[in-house]
Amino acid sequence: MSDRFVSRGFTGKRRQKPEAVERVPPGQYLTDDFPVLSAGPTPRTALYQWTFTIEGAGGESIHWSWQEFLQLPAQSYLVDIHCVTKWTKLDTRWEGVSIDTLLEQIDLDPRAVYVTAFCDGGYTTNMPLPDVLNGRAFVAYRYAGQPLAPEHGGPARLVVPHLYFWKSAKWVRGLRLMEKDKPGFWESLGYNNRGDPWKEQRYWGD
Amino acid sequence: MDKEPMDLNQMLILDGNAAAGLLEEIFAAEMTASPTECAHCGRQGEVATLVAFTYSPGLVLRCPACENVMIRIVETPEAVYIDARGAAYLRLERRAS
Amino acid sequence: MKQPITWQIAAVKTIQQETPKVKTLTLRLPDWIPHRPGQHYDLRLTAPDGYQAQRSYSIASEPERRGEIDLTIERLEDGEVSTYLHDVIQVGDQIEVRGPIGGYFVWEAKLGGPLLLIAGGSGVVPLMAMLRHRATSGSQVPTRLLYSSRTPEDVIYAGQLARWQALTDGLKIFHTFTRTQPANWAGYARRIDSEMLREVAHPLLPAPFTFVCGPTPLVEAVANGLVQIGVPPERIRTERFGPTGGSG
Repeated sequence: MSDRFVSRGFTGKRRQKPEAVERVPPGQYLTDDFPVLSAGPTPRTALYQWTFTIEGAGGESIHWSWQEFLQLPAQSYLVDIHCVTKWTKLDTRWEGVSIDTLLEQIDLDPRAVYVTAFCDGGYTTNMPLPDVLNGRAFVAYRYAGQPLAPEHGGPARLVVPHLYFWKSAKWVRGLRLMEKDKPGFWESLGYNNRGDPWKEQRYWGD
Repeated sequence: MDKEPMDLNQMLILDGNAAAGLLEEIFAAEMTASPTECAHCGRQGEVATLVAFTYSPGLVLRCPACENVMIRIVETPEAVYIDARGAAYLRLERRAS
Repeated sequence: MKQPITWQIAAVKTIQQETPKVKTLTLRLPDWIPHRPGQHYDLRLTAPDGYQAQRSYSIASEPERRGEIDLTIERLEDGEVSTYLHDVIQVGDQIEVRGPIGGYFVWEAKLGGPLLLIAGGSGVVPLMAMLRHRATSGSQVPTRLLYSSRTPEDVIYAGQLARWQALTDGLKIFHTFTRTQPANWAGYARRIDSEMLREVAHPLLPAPFTFVCGPTPLVEAVANGLVQIGVPPERIRTERFGPTGGSG
């Protein structure tokens, strides 16, 4: 390590929690806050105009209005989340609809191997289809017992807790199932295509 | 003049002044007073007038008129990635030698 | 001649409490160069394990004061850097800084006037550099400062502003208080709006060099109000401060 300058008495506001160390991926630190990060202004889609759409790889599609979406079977989730900017937040509580539930409603073209989440404001993120199946991902509309706040992605966001949190797209409006992978907003500019925090896959080449 | 109250995401939105240090580090030139043009809608203005998202995995500068992404910058330990396709041009002022 | 900006290690020369939540650090810089009023420095803290936090702070002092700069910093309750700069930093400590940075939100006396300065909270800091430079350079351009604070106790540089108010060099200062006012206050007691802007800016119209600095909601509201009273948009320069109290 080089002769780097160190600020006397500075440690930052990172927390240590020895009993939770195995829940914190490499290079991450714990926070009690829920930092707000985004690449764009808060979209303002009125609920009566909001829809969630699944576009299959063979041209098939299905969509729900907000009221229809709220009628879908929903679950509670308690998950840890990990942001690529190095903060980790344990035990976050959400309510929402599992992606499995959504995909059950449509006859999927078997060519669907990848998925791109698309959002109000144009943000996209991509992952292999298995990363959103078998309970691994959901569309959340409640956080910590309250309707999901706009700054955190409300009315609804994708949550994929086993990958870095940039994959948990805020203001999500649908999933596009695809034959070919298409890097999303951050994946196309230096961020890792997969983003597994346990393998510390932050950037290209990791 | 009172619009609906801003959510935290809106309050964290800054302007191109916030990107001044990073831009100067990358381009070795003061960029915020530089004129630029939105490739999408044609709006012209200094980099300092762009809408800046700095609480983010990377820096995003958007056009204040059409909100299109003009410049994106991602810093990794080994490299800096720049996407400026949303800007019709960037102008780097020469340093007097 | 412009040098590339690189980090340098500054020494804390003095610490001045301005208001209960605001302090000014005077830093002596080994590689000081004169700045342009309105510019800022980036400041970086490094923990023993290599963790770093970086913020930008506007320079409060005038470039005529050689070899050192003033940074005025608001203490934010859960601010990682501001709490360190308030609660831990002592005279004699060292801090890494780089700058001066910025080329847009700057005013120098040679640009002339009239000059209209509008501040919300800690947004007054870069405008203070402009005013100190104006005073030191002997400029008499007609200048008005409209400064919005929550309470009288929140007014930064209250003493200096009051001393300037007593002079007759063309500077007038207006305060507005949005939460509580001084006893027997006859001045503005609300958020800045078009009517207030019209009254304050009137003698400087139609096209003063205008600088607006503060939190995003204030900056947006003021910029819109200025356009409404006819200030040409190309004469208005703004700098938004985030909830961190600096421009990122």
